[in-house]
Amino acid sequence: MSTEDALLTGHDLVLAHHERAVVDGVSLSLRAGTVTALVGPNGSGKSTLLRSLARLHKPREGSVQLGGRAVWGGNALSGKEFARQVTLLTQHRPTPSGVSVRDVVSYGRYPYRSGWRGVDVDGAAAISRAMALTGVTPMAERGVDELSGGELQRVWLASCLAQQTSVLLLDEPTNHLDLRYQVEILDVVRDLAGEGVAVGVVLHDLDHAAIIADEVVLLSEGTIVATGDIGRVLTSEHLSQAYGVTVHVANDPVTGAIHCRPLGRYSPRPA
Amino acid sequence: MSVYDLFLEPLTYDFMVRALASTVVASMVCAVLSCWLVLIGWSLMGDAVSHAVLPGVVLAYILGAPFALGAVVFGFLAVALIGVVRDTSRVKEDAAIGIVFTTLFALGLVLISVTPSQTDLNHIIFGNLLGVDLSDLIQIGVLGAITLALLVLKRRDFTLYAFDPTHAHAIGLNPRLLGAALLGLLALTSVVALQVVGVILVVAMLIIPGATAYLLTDRFGRMLVIAPAFSVLAAVAGLYLSYHLDTASGGMIVLVQGAGFTLVYLFGPRHGIVGKRLAKRRRDAVRAA
Repeated sequence: MSTEDALLTGHDLVLAHHERAVVDGVSLSLRAGTVTALVGPNGSGKSTLLRSLARLHKPREGSVQLGGRAVWGGNALSGKEFARQVTLLTQHRPTPSGVSVRDVVSYGRYPYRSGWRGVDVDGAAAISRAMALTGVTPMAERGVDELSGGELQRVWLASCLAQQTSVLLLDEPTNHLDLRYQVEILDVVRDLAGEGVAVGVVLHDLDHAAIIADEVVLLSEGTIVATGDIGRVLTSEHLSQAYGVTVHVANDPVTGAIHCRPLGRYSPRPA
Repeated sequence: MSVYDLFLEPLTYDFMVRALASTVVASMVCAVLSCWLVLIGWSLMGDAVSHAVLPGVVLAYILGAPFALGAVVFGFLAVALIGVVRDTSRVKEDAAIGIVFTTLFALGLVLISVTPSQTDLNHIIFGNLLGVDLSDLIQIGVLGAITLALLVLKRRDFTLYAFDPTHAHAIGLNPRLLGAALLGLLALTSVVALQVVGVILVVAMLIIPGATAYLLTDRFGRMLVIAPAFSVLAAVAGLYLSYHLDTASGGMIVLVQGAGFTLVYLFGPRHGIVGKRLAKRRRDAVRAA
Protein backbone atom coordinates (compact mmCIF):
# COMPACT_ATOMS: atom_id res chain seq x y z
CA MET A 1 0.00 0.00 0.00
CA SER A 2 1.45 3.35 -1.02
CA THR A 3 1.72 5.76 1.87
CA GLU A 4 2.83 8.75 -0.17
CA ASP A 5 -0.60 10.32 -0.52
CA ALA A 6 -1.88 8.94 2.77
CA LEU A 7 -3.74 11.65 4.69
CA LEU A 8 -4.76 9.86 7.85
CA THR A 9 -2.85 6.84 9.09
CA GLY A 10 -2.97 4.54 12.06
CA HIS A 11 0.22 2.71 13.02
CA ASP A 12 0.18 -0.52 15.04
CA LEU A 13 -2.91 0.59 16.93
CA VAL A 14 -3.88 -1.18 20.10
CA LEU A 15 -7.26 0.07 21.31
CA ALA A 16 -8.86 -0.99 24.56
CA HIS A 17 -12.18 -0.57 26.33
CA HIS A 18 -11.25 -0.54 29.99
CA GLU A 19 -8.78 -3.43 30.15
CA ARG A 20 -9.97 -5.43 27.16
CA ALA A 21 -8.15 -4.86 23.88
CA VAL A 22 -10.69 -4.63 21.05
CA VAL A 23 -8.20 -3.71 18.35
CA ASP A 24 -4.82 -5.37 18.54
CA GLY A 25 -2.02 -4.14 16.32
CA VAL A 26 -3.80 -2.69 13.29
CA SER A 27 -2.25 -0.32 10.74
CA LEU A 28 -4.12 1.38 7.95
CA SER A 29 -3.98 4.46 5.72
CA LEU A 30 -6.73 6.59 4.26
CA ARG A 31 -5.67 8.18 0.99
CA ALA A 32 -6.98 11.14 -0.96
CA GLY A 33 -9.72 10.25 -3.43
CA THR A 34 -10.00 6.73 -2.07
CA VAL A 35 -12.90 5.07 -0.26
CA THR A 36 -11.67 2.61 2.34
CA ALA A 37 -14.35 0.38 3.84
CA LEU A 38 -13.92 -1.18 7.28
CA VAL A 39 -15.95 -4.38 7.50
CA GLY A 40 -16.18 -7.29 9.87
CA PRO A 41 -18.52 -9.00 12.32
CA ASN A 42 -19.98 -7.38 15.45
CA GLY A 43 -17.27 -6.71 18.01
CA SER A 44 -14.47 -6.95 15.46
CA GLY A 45 -13.32 -3.48 16.48
CA LYS A 46 -14.18 -1.59 13.31
CA SER A 47 -16.15 1.21 14.97
CA THR A 48 -13.53 1.62 17.68
CA LEU A 49 -10.86 1.79 14.99
CA LEU A 50 -12.82 4.51 13.19
CA ARG A 51 -13.32 6.45 16.43
CA SER A 52 -9.61 6.26 17.05
CA LEU A 53 -8.90 7.72 13.62
CA ALA A 54 -11.43 10.44 14.48
CA ARG A 55 -9.49 11.37 17.63
CA LEU A 56 -12.30 10.10 19.85
CA HIS A 57 -10.54 7.04 21.23
CA LYS A 58 -6.98 7.37 22.46
CA PRO A 59 -4.88 4.34 21.52
CA ARG A 60 -3.15 2.41 24.25
CA GLU A 61 -0.29 1.73 21.87
CA GLY A 62 0.55 2.95 18.40
CA SER A 63 -0.17 6.32 16.87
CA VAL A 64 -2.53 8.17 14.58
CA GLN A 65 -1.03 10.69 12.20
CA LEU A 66 -2.73 13.34 10.09
CA GLY A 67 -0.59 14.56 7.23
CA GLY A 68 2.47 13.36 9.10
CA ARG A 69 1.59 15.12 12.36
CA ALA A 70 0.73 13.19 15.50
CA VAL A 71 -2.87 13.39 16.68
CA TRP A 72 -1.97 12.56 20.28
CA GLY A 73 1.01 13.39 22.43
CA GLY A 74 3.34 16.37 22.53
CA ASN A 75 3.12 18.84 19.64
CA ALA A 76 -0.23 17.30 18.72
CA LEU A 77 -2.85 19.04 16.63
CA SER A 78 -5.47 21.04 18.49
CA GLY A 79 -9.09 19.93 18.42
CA LYS A 80 -10.02 22.70 15.99
CA GLU A 81 -7.04 22.09 13.70
CA PHE A 82 -7.96 18.44 13.53
CA ALA A 83 -11.63 19.19 12.92
CA ARG A 84 -10.78 21.39 9.94
CA GLN A 85 -9.28 18.32 8.26
CA VAL A 86 -11.20 15.33 9.60
CA THR A 87 -14.92 14.88 10.25
CA LEU A 88 -16.92 11.95 11.57
CA LEU A 89 -20.53 10.98 11.01
CA THR A 90 -21.44 8.94 14.07
CA GLN A 91 -24.14 6.32 14.29
CA HIS A 92 -25.82 8.38 16.91
CA ARG A 93 -28.30 10.79 15.30
CA PRO A 94 -29.57 13.16 17.94
CA THR A 95 -32.81 15.03 17.28
CA PRO A 96 -32.38 18.21 19.25
CA SER A 97 -35.59 20.12 19.88
CA GLY A 98 -35.93 23.70 18.82
CA VAL A 99 -33.20 23.61 16.21
CA SER A 100 -33.55 23.99 12.46
CA VAL A 101 -31.80 21.97 9.78
CA ARG A 102 -29.72 25.01 8.88
CA ASP A 103 -28.63 25.32 12.53
CA VAL A 104 -27.39 21.73 12.63
CA VAL A 105 -25.52 22.13 9.34
CA SER A 106 -23.96 25.35 10.59
CA TYR A 107 -22.48 23.50 13.59
CA GLY A 108 -20.02 22.08 11.09
CA ARG A 109 -18.48 25.54 10.82
CA TYR A 110 -17.44 25.56 14.45
CA PRO A 111 -13.78 24.70 13.76
CA TYR A 112 -13.51 27.78 11.53
CA ARG A 113 -14.81 30.25 14.07
CA SER A 114 -12.08 32.01 15.95
CA GLY A 115 -12.11 34.08 19.08
CA TRP A 116 -14.88 34.36 21.61
CA ARG A 117 -17.64 35.41 19.31
CA GLY A 118 -16.26 33.77 16.21
CA VAL A 119 -16.32 35.07 12.66
CA ASP A 120 -16.38 32.66 9.73
CA VAL A 121 -16.02 34.32 6.34
CA ASP A 122 -16.69 31.29 4.11
CA GLY A 123 -19.36 29.89 6.39
CA ALA A 124 -22.50 30.76 4.44
CA ALA A 125 -21.18 29.38 1.16
CA ALA A 126 -19.95 26.17 2.76
CA ILE A 127 -23.30 25.63 4.48
CA SER A 128 -25.26 26.19 1.26
CA ARG A 129 -23.01 23.80 -0.65
CA ALA A 130 -23.21 21.09 2.00
CA MET A 131 -27.00 21.32 2.04
CA ALA A 132 -27.19 21.20 -1.76
CA LEU A 133 -24.91 18.13 -1.98
CA THR A 134 -27.03 16.20 0.48
CA GLY A 135 -30.35 17.45 -0.87
CA VAL A 136 -31.53 19.02 2.36
CA THR A 137 -31.84 22.59 1.06
CA PRO A 138 -35.67 22.42 0.75
CA MET A 139 -35.99 21.56 4.44
CA ALA A 140 -33.47 24.15 5.67
CA GLU A 141 -35.87 25.98 7.97
CA ARG A 142 -37.68 22.92 9.34
CA GLY A 143 -37.04 21.70 12.85
CA VAL A 144 -34.83 18.61 12.94
CA ASP A 145 -37.20 16.91 15.40
CA GLU A 146 -39.83 16.62 12.65
CA LEU A 147 -37.60 14.78 10.17
CA SER A 148 -37.58 11.11 9.19
CA GLY A 149 -34.56 8.92 9.85
CA GLY A 150 -33.30 9.23 6.29
CA GLU A 151 -33.67 13.00 6.25
CA LEU A 152 -31.95 13.30 9.59
CA GLN A 153 -29.00 11.21 8.45
CA ARG A 154 -28.53 13.47 5.44
CA VAL A 155 -28.73 16.57 7.66
CA TRP A 156 -25.95 15.30 9.91
CA LEU A 157 -23.95 14.34 6.83
CA ALA A 158 -24.44 17.91 5.59
CA SER A 159 -23.12 19.16 8.92
CA CYS A 160 -20.00 17.04 8.41
CA LEU A 161 -19.59 18.32 4.83
CA ALA A 162 -19.88 21.92 6.02
CA GLN A 163 -16.63 21.23 7.87
CA GLN A 164 -14.94 21.08 4.44
CA THR A 165 -12.47 18.46 5.53
CA SER A 166 -10.07 16.42 3.43
CA VAL A 167 -10.92 13.27 5.38
CA LEU A 168 -14.47 12.00 5.89
CA LEU A 169 -15.15 9.20 8.38
CA LEU A 170 -18.55 7.52 8.49
CA ASP A 171 -19.81 4.94 10.97
CA GLU A 172 -22.47 2.77 9.31
CA PRO A 173 -24.04 5.66 7.40
CA THR A 174 -26.68 3.46 5.76
CA ASN A 175 -27.94 1.90 8.97
CA HIS A 176 -31.70 2.03 9.51
CA LEU A 177 -32.27 3.74 6.18
CA ASP A 178 -34.53 2.43 3.48
CA LEU A 179 -33.17 1.46 0.08
CA ARG A 180 -33.46 4.82 -1.60
CA TYR A 181 -31.66 6.73 1.14
CA GLN A 182 -29.01 4.02 1.34
CA VAL A 183 -27.99 4.47 -2.28
CA GLU A 184 -28.31 8.26 -2.04
CA ILE A 185 -25.88 8.38 0.86
CA LEU A 186 -23.49 6.00 -0.90
CA ASP A 187 -23.66 8.15 -4.04
CA VAL A 188 -22.80 11.31 -2.13
CA VAL A 189 -19.86 9.54 -0.49
CA ARG A 190 -18.59 8.32 -3.85
CA ASP A 191 -18.97 11.86 -5.29
CA LEU A 192 -16.86 13.28 -2.47
CA ALA A 193 -14.12 10.74 -3.07
CA GLY A 194 -14.24 11.84 -6.71
CA GLU A 195 -13.41 15.34 -5.50
CA GLY A 196 -10.33 14.03 -3.72
CA VAL A 197 -11.68 13.47 -0.21
CA ALA A 198 -10.19 10.53 1.69
CA VAL A 199 -13.12 8.45 2.96
CA GLY A 200 -13.07 5.85 5.70
CA VAL A 201 -16.39 4.12 6.20
CA VAL A 202 -17.57 1.37 8.52
CA LEU A 203 -20.16 -0.72 6.73
CA HIS A 204 -22.26 -3.60 7.91
CA ASP A 205 -23.50 -4.50 4.49
CA LEU A 206 -20.74 -6.14 2.44
CA ASP A 207 -22.59 -5.41 -0.78
CA HIS A 208 -22.44 -1.69 0.03
CA ALA A 209 -18.71 -2.00 0.52
CA ALA A 210 -18.49 -3.74 -2.84
CA ILE A 211 -20.35 -0.85 -4.48
CA ILE A 212 -18.39 2.14 -3.19
CA ALA A 213 -15.07 1.00 -1.77
CA ASP A 214 -11.72 1.10 -3.51
CA GLU A 215 -10.14 -0.76 -0.67
CA VAL A 216 -11.51 -2.97 2.03
CA VAL A 217 -10.12 -3.69 5.48
CA LEU A 218 -11.67 -6.91 6.82
CA LEU A 219 -11.42 -7.17 10.58
CA SER A 220 -12.12 -10.01 12.95
CA GLU A 221 -11.53 -10.03 16.69
CA GLY A 222 -9.46 -6.88 16.55
CA THR A 223 -7.02 -7.90 13.85
CA ILE A 224 -6.94 -7.59 10.08
CA VAL A 225 -7.96 -10.73 8.21
CA ALA A 226 -7.35 -9.24 4.79
CA THR A 227 -6.84 -5.82 3.25
CA GLY A 228 -6.59 -4.44 -0.27
CA ASP A 229 -8.75 -4.38 -3.41
CA ILE A 230 -12.39 -5.45 -3.10
CA GLY A 231 -11.86 -8.51 -5.28
CA ARG A 232 -8.93 -9.70 -3.20
CA VAL A 233 -10.53 -9.17 0.20
CA LEU A 234 -14.17 -10.08 -0.35
CA THR A 235 -13.61 -13.74 -1.05
CA SER A 236 -15.52 -16.71 0.26
CA GLU A 237 -12.45 -17.90 2.13
CA HIS A 238 -11.75 -14.60 3.94
CA LEU A 239 -15.37 -13.87 4.77
CA SER A 240 -16.12 -17.36 6.03
CA GLN A 241 -13.07 -17.13 8.27
CA ALA A 242 -13.96 -13.67 9.60
CA TYR A 243 -17.69 -14.20 10.15
CA GLY A 244 -17.66 -17.86 11.20
CA VAL A 245 -20.33 -18.77 8.70
CA THR A 246 -20.07 -20.03 5.14
CA VAL A 247 -20.24 -17.03 2.80
CA HIS A 248 -20.87 -17.45 -0.86
CA VAL A 249 -19.36 -14.72 -3.06
CA ALA A 250 -20.54 -14.25 -6.63
CA ASN A 251 -20.85 -11.55 -9.23
CA ASP A 252 -24.33 -10.24 -9.83
CA PRO A 253 -25.41 -11.52 -13.26
CA VAL A 254 -26.99 -8.16 -14.11
CA THR A 255 -24.64 -5.52 -12.69
CA GLY A 256 -21.47 -7.52 -12.29
CA ALA A 257 -21.08 -6.22 -8.72
CA ILE A 258 -19.77 -8.51 -6.01
CA HIS A 259 -22.50 -10.14 -3.91
CA CYS A 260 -21.83 -11.77 -0.57
CA ARG A 261 -24.40 -14.22 0.76
CA PRO A 262 -24.11 -16.07 4.05
CA LEU A 263 -25.37 -19.63 3.80
CA GLY A 264 -27.67 -20.77 6.56
CA ARG A 265 -29.33 -24.14 6.89
CA TYR A 266 -32.28 -23.01 4.80
CA SER A 267 -30.39 -20.97 2.20
CA PRO A 268 -30.57 -22.18 -1.37
CA ARG A 269 -27.21 -23.68 -2.30
CA PRO A 270 -25.25 -22.54 -5.32
CA ALA A 271 -25.76 -24.92 -8.22
CA MET B 1 -56.18 50.39 45.90
CA SER B 2 -54.31 52.64 43.52
CA VAL B 3 -51.44 51.77 41.22
CA TYR B 4 -49.19 53.61 43.64
CA ASP B 5 -50.30 51.42 46.53
CA LEU B 6 -49.88 48.29 44.47
CA PHE B 7 -46.50 48.81 42.88
CA LEU B 8 -44.65 51.82 44.26
CA GLU B 9 -45.58 51.92 47.92
CA PRO B 10 -43.68 48.68 48.66
CA LEU B 11 -40.59 50.19 47.09
CA THR B 12 -40.46 52.93 49.69
CA TYR B 13 -38.85 50.29 51.87
CA ASP B 14 -35.17 49.68 51.12
CA PHE B 15 -35.49 45.99 51.89
CA MET B 16 -38.13 45.67 49.18
CA VAL B 17 -35.93 47.41 46.64
CA ARG B 18 -33.09 45.02 47.42
CA ALA B 19 -35.49 42.08 47.35
CA LEU B 20 -36.81 43.16 43.96
CA ALA B 21 -33.33 43.60 42.52
CA SER B 22 -32.13 40.21 43.70
CA THR B 23 -35.33 38.56 42.48
CA VAL B 24 -34.89 39.99 39.01
CA VAL B 25 -31.23 38.92 38.77
CA ALA B 26 -31.74 35.44 40.20
CA SER B 27 -34.84 34.63 38.16
CA MET B 28 -33.16 35.81 34.96
CA VAL B 29 -29.96 33.81 35.44
CA CYS B 30 -31.83 30.68 36.51
CA ALA B 31 -34.14 30.94 33.51
CA VAL B 32 -31.34 31.21 30.96
CA LEU B 33 -29.56 28.20 32.45
CA SER B 34 -32.83 26.28 32.64
CA CYS B 35 -33.12 26.31 28.84
CA TRP B 36 -30.08 24.03 28.58
CA LEU B 37 -31.04 21.90 31.57
CA VAL B 38 -34.42 21.17 29.98
CA LEU B 39 -32.76 20.53 26.63
CA ILE B 40 -30.09 18.11 27.90
CA GLY B 41 -32.52 16.41 30.24
CA TRP B 42 -30.56 17.56 33.24
CA SER B 43 -33.53 18.61 35.37
CA LEU B 44 -32.82 15.91 37.89
CA MET B 45 -29.17 16.93 37.88
CA GLY B 46 -30.27 20.51 38.58
CA ASP B 47 -32.31 19.21 41.49
CA ALA B 48 -29.33 17.24 42.77
CA VAL B 49 -26.71 19.95 42.49
CA SER B 50 -28.91 22.69 43.90
CA HIS B 51 -29.61 20.57 46.99
CA ALA B 52 -26.11 19.19 47.31
CA VAL B 53 -24.55 22.64 47.62
CA LEU B 54 -26.09 23.04 51.09
CA PRO B 55 -23.24 21.48 53.12
CA GLY B 56 -20.77 23.46 51.01
CA VAL B 57 -22.49 26.71 51.80
CA VAL B 58 -22.70 25.90 55.50
CA LEU B 59 -19.03 24.90 55.64
CA ALA B 60 -18.13 28.10 53.79
CA TYR B 61 -20.06 30.02 56.42
CA ILE B 62 -18.22 28.23 59.24
CA LEU B 63 -14.82 28.80 57.63
CA GLY B 64 -15.59 32.35 56.56
CA ALA B 65 -15.08 31.50 52.89
CA PRO B 66 -17.28 32.75 50.06
CA PHE B 67 -20.54 30.81 49.73
CA ALA B 68 -19.91 30.40 46.01
CA LEU B 69 -16.67 28.48 46.62
CA GLY B 70 -18.32 26.00 48.98
CA ALA B 71 -21.24 25.58 46.61
CA VAL B 72 -19.06 24.88 43.57
CA VAL B 73 -16.89 22.39 45.48
CA PHE B 74 -19.90 20.45 46.72
CA GLY B 75 -21.67 20.73 43.38
CA PHE B 76 -18.77 18.94 41.71
CA LEU B 77 -18.41 16.52 44.60
CA ALA B 78 -22.05 15.55 44.18
CA VAL B 79 -21.67 14.95 40.45
CA ALA B 80 -18.47 12.96 40.97
CA LEU B 81 -20.13 10.79 43.62
CA ILE B 82 -23.15 10.22 41.38
CA GLY B 83 -20.80 9.11 38.60
CA VAL B 84 -18.89 6.76 40.89
CA VAL B 85 -22.02 5.11 42.30
CA ARG B 86 -23.52 4.76 38.81
CA ASP B 87 -20.37 3.38 37.16
CA THR B 88 -19.16 1.04 39.86
CA SER B 89 -22.38 -0.57 41.07
CA ARG B 90 -25.60 -1.99 39.70
CA VAL B 91 -27.47 1.12 40.81
CA LYS B 92 -28.87 3.16 37.93
CA GLU B 93 -28.27 6.87 37.52
CA ASP B 94 -31.60 8.16 38.83
CA ALA B 95 -31.18 6.16 42.03
CA ALA B 96 -27.56 7.29 42.33
CA ILE B 97 -28.69 10.90 42.03
CA GLY B 98 -31.37 10.37 44.66
CA ILE B 99 -28.96 8.78 47.10
CA VAL B 100 -26.14 11.29 46.72
CA PHE B 101 -28.07 14.53 46.83
CA THR B 102 -30.32 13.62 49.74
CA THR B 103 -27.33 12.41 51.74
CA LEU B 104 -25.40 15.60 51.08
CA PHE B 105 -28.49 17.68 51.84
CA ALA B 106 -28.88 15.79 55.11
CA LEU B 107 -25.23 16.51 55.90
CA GLY B 108 -26.02 20.18 55.38
CA LEU B 109 -28.98 20.01 57.76
CA VAL B 110 -26.85 18.32 60.42
CA LEU B 111 -24.08 20.89 59.99
CA ILE B 112 -26.63 23.69 60.42
CA SER B 113 -27.96 22.13 63.58
CA VAL B 114 -24.54 22.11 65.22
CA THR B 115 -23.34 25.49 63.99
CA PRO B 116 -23.88 28.36 66.37
CA SER B 117 -24.55 31.46 64.34
CA GLN B 118 -25.94 34.94 64.59
CA THR B 119 -27.66 34.79 61.23
CA ASP B 120 -30.24 32.11 60.94
CA LEU B 121 -28.82 29.41 58.69
CA ASN B 122 -32.32 28.16 58.09
CA HIS B 123 -32.57 31.09 55.72
CA ILE B 124 -30.33 29.14 53.36
CA ILE B 125 -32.93 26.42 53.23
CA PHE B 126 -36.05 28.53 52.84
CA GLY B 127 -34.60 31.72 51.43
CA ASN B 128 -34.60 35.10 53.07
CA LEU B 129 -35.55 37.50 50.36
CA LEU B 130 -36.63 40.31 52.62
CA GLY B 131 -33.40 40.05 54.60
CA VAL B 132 -31.05 40.57 51.66
CA ASP B 133 -28.49 43.18 52.67
CA LEU B 134 -26.24 45.24 50.45
CA SER B 135 -23.33 42.77 50.48
CA ASP B 136 -25.72 39.92 49.61
CA LEU B 137 -27.08 41.97 46.76
CA ILE B 138 -23.58 42.69 45.45
CA GLN B 139 -22.73 38.99 45.58
CA ILE B 140 -25.93 38.10 43.73
CA GLY B 141 -25.22 40.78 41.15
CA VAL B 142 -21.60 39.79 40.52
CA LEU B 143 -22.23 36.03 40.38
CA GLY B 144 -25.30 36.57 38.26
CA ALA B 145 -23.43 38.76 35.80
CA ILE B 146 -20.55 36.28 35.47
CA THR B 147 -22.91 33.34 34.95
CA LEU B 148 -25.10 35.17 32.48
CA ALA B 149 -22.11 36.46 30.49
CA LEU B 150 -20.57 33.00 30.18
CA LEU B 151 -23.86 31.42 29.18
CA VAL B 152 -24.65 34.03 26.56
CA LEU B 153 -21.15 34.27 25.07
CA LYS B 154 -20.67 30.52 24.90
CA ARG B 155 -24.28 29.67 24.10
CA ARG B 156 -23.50 27.93 20.81
CA ASP B 157 -20.90 25.72 22.45
CA PHE B 158 -23.25 24.74 25.25
CA THR B 159 -26.05 24.08 22.78
CA LEU B 160 -23.83 21.82 20.70
CA TYR B 161 -22.75 19.99 23.80
CA ALA B 162 -26.35 19.62 24.88
CA PHE B 163 -27.27 17.92 21.63
CA ASP B 164 -24.41 15.50 21.23
CA PRO B 165 -21.18 15.50 23.25
CA THR B 166 -19.55 13.09 20.77
CA HIS B 167 -20.28 15.33 17.84
CA ALA B 168 -19.12 18.32 19.86
CA HIS B 169 -15.80 16.55 20.37
CA ALA B 170 -15.60 15.62 16.71
CA ILE B 171 -15.77 19.26 15.67
CA GLY B 172 -13.07 20.35 18.05
CA LEU B 173 -14.95 21.29 21.19
CA ASN B 174 -13.96 19.93 24.57
CA PRO B 175 -17.07 18.20 25.93
CA ARG B 176 -15.58 17.44 29.34
CA LEU B 177 -14.74 21.09 29.83
CA LEU B 178 -18.19 22.19 28.64
CA GLY B 179 -19.97 19.69 30.88
CA ALA B 180 -17.87 20.77 33.85
CA ALA B 181 -18.51 24.42 33.00
CA LEU B 182 -22.26 23.86 32.94
CA LEU B 183 -22.11 22.09 36.29
CA GLY B 184 -20.00 24.90 37.74
CA LEU B 185 -22.50 27.46 36.46
CA LEU B 186 -25.30 25.35 37.93
CA ALA B 187 -23.65 25.49 41.34
CA LEU B 188 -23.04 29.25 41.04
CA THR B 189 -26.63 29.81 39.99
CA SER B 190 -27.81 27.85 42.99
CA VAL B 191 -25.94 30.33 45.19
CA VAL B 192 -27.49 33.25 43.35
CA ALA B 193 -31.00 31.90 43.80
CA LEU B 194 -30.46 30.57 47.29
CA GLN B 195 -31.17 33.90 48.98
CA VAL B 196 -34.30 34.40 46.94
CA VAL B 197 -36.19 31.13 47.26
CA GLY B 198 -33.92 28.94 49.37
CA VAL B 199 -32.03 25.77 48.55
CA ILE B 200 -35.12 23.58 48.42
CA LEU B 201 -36.95 25.65 45.82
CA VAL B 202 -34.01 26.70 43.65
CA VAL B 203 -34.67 23.77 41.38
CA ALA B 204 -38.10 25.18 40.53
CA MET B 205 -36.51 28.30 39.10
CA LEU B 206 -34.04 26.09 37.24
CA ILE B 207 -36.69 24.02 35.49
CA ILE B 208 -40.03 25.84 35.23
CA PRO B 209 -38.93 28.77 33.00
CA GLY B 210 -37.13 26.55 30.48
CA ALA B 211 -39.99 24.05 30.39
CA THR B 212 -42.53 26.85 29.93
CA ALA B 213 -40.57 28.43 27.09
CA TYR B 214 -40.21 25.00 25.50
CA LEU B 215 -44.00 24.78 25.33
CA LEU B 216 -44.19 28.16 23.64
CA THR B 217 -41.61 27.91 20.87
CA ASP B 218 -39.80 25.39 18.70
CA ARG B 219 -36.71 27.56 18.36
CA PHE B 220 -33.96 27.41 20.92
CA GLY B 221 -32.93 31.01 20.24
CA ARG B 222 -36.42 32.18 21.19
CA MET B 223 -36.44 29.97 24.28
CA LEU B 224 -33.46 31.97 25.52
CA VAL B 225 -35.59 35.14 25.38
CA ILE B 226 -38.95 33.76 26.47
CA ALA B 227 -37.68 31.85 29.50
CA PRO B 228 -36.04 34.80 31.29
CA ALA B 229 -38.90 37.15 30.37
CA PHE B 230 -41.44 34.70 31.80
CA SER B 231 -39.29 34.00 34.82
CA VAL B 232 -38.68 37.63 35.77
CA LEU B 233 -42.33 38.55 35.26
CA ALA B 234 -43.59 35.66 37.37
CA ALA B 235 -40.98 36.19 40.09
CA VAL B 236 -41.70 39.90 40.42
CA ALA B 237 -45.43 39.19 40.50
CA GLY B 238 -44.78 36.60 43.18
CA LEU B 239 -42.77 39.06 45.24
CA TYR B 240 -45.52 41.71 45.08
CA LEU B 241 -48.20 39.17 45.92
CA SER B 242 -46.25 37.97 48.92
CA TYR B 243 -45.93 41.59 50.10
CA HIS B 244 -49.62 42.37 49.77
CA LEU B 245 -50.89 39.01 50.99
CA ASP B 246 -48.21 38.75 53.67
CA THR B 247 -47.08 35.27 52.61
CA ALA B 248 -43.66 33.62 52.28
CA SER B 249 -41.86 35.37 49.43
CA GLY B 250 -39.81 32.41 48.14
CA GLY B 251 -42.82 30.14 48.14
CA MET B 252 -44.97 32.76 46.44
CA ILE B 253 -42.45 33.30 43.63
CA VAL B 254 -42.30 29.60 42.82
CA LEU B 255 -46.06 29.31 43.13
CA VAL B 256 -46.61 32.05 40.54
CA GLN B 257 -44.05 30.44 38.20
CA GLY B 258 -45.83 27.12 38.58
CA ALA B 259 -49.19 28.81 37.90
CA GLY B 260 -47.66 30.44 34.80
CA PHE B 261 -46.47 27.08 33.57
CA THR B 262 -49.94 25.62 34.13
CA LEU B 263 -51.55 28.40 32.07
CA VAL B 264 -49.12 27.83 29.22
CA TYR B 265 -49.57 24.08 29.49
CA LEU B 266 -53.32 24.50 29.11
CA PHE B 267 -53.68 27.49 26.81
CA GLY B 268 -50.36 27.78 24.98
CA PRO B 269 -51.04 28.63 21.33
CA ARG B 270 -49.03 25.78 19.80
CA HIS B 271 -48.62 23.02 22.34
CA GLY B 272 -51.38 23.91 24.82
CA ILE B 273 -53.69 21.04 25.75
CA VAL B 274 -56.89 23.05 25.31
CA GLY B 275 -55.78 24.52 22.00
CA LYS B 276 -54.93 21.06 20.66
CA ARG B 277 -58.31 19.67 21.75
CA LEU B 278 -60.18 22.54 20.11
CA ALA B 279 -58.22 22.15 16.90
CA LYS B 280 -58.96 18.43 16.85
CA ARG B 281 -62.68 19.02 17.45
CA ARG B 282 -62.72 21.57 14.62
CA ARG B 283 -60.99 19.08 12.30
CA ASP B 284 -63.45 16.36 13.25
CA ALA B 285 -66.38 18.72 12.66
CA VAL B 286 -65.04 19.61 9.22
CA ARG B 287 -64.57 15.95 8.40
CA ALA B 288 -68.11 15.10 9.58
CA ALA B 289 -69.65 17.91 7.52
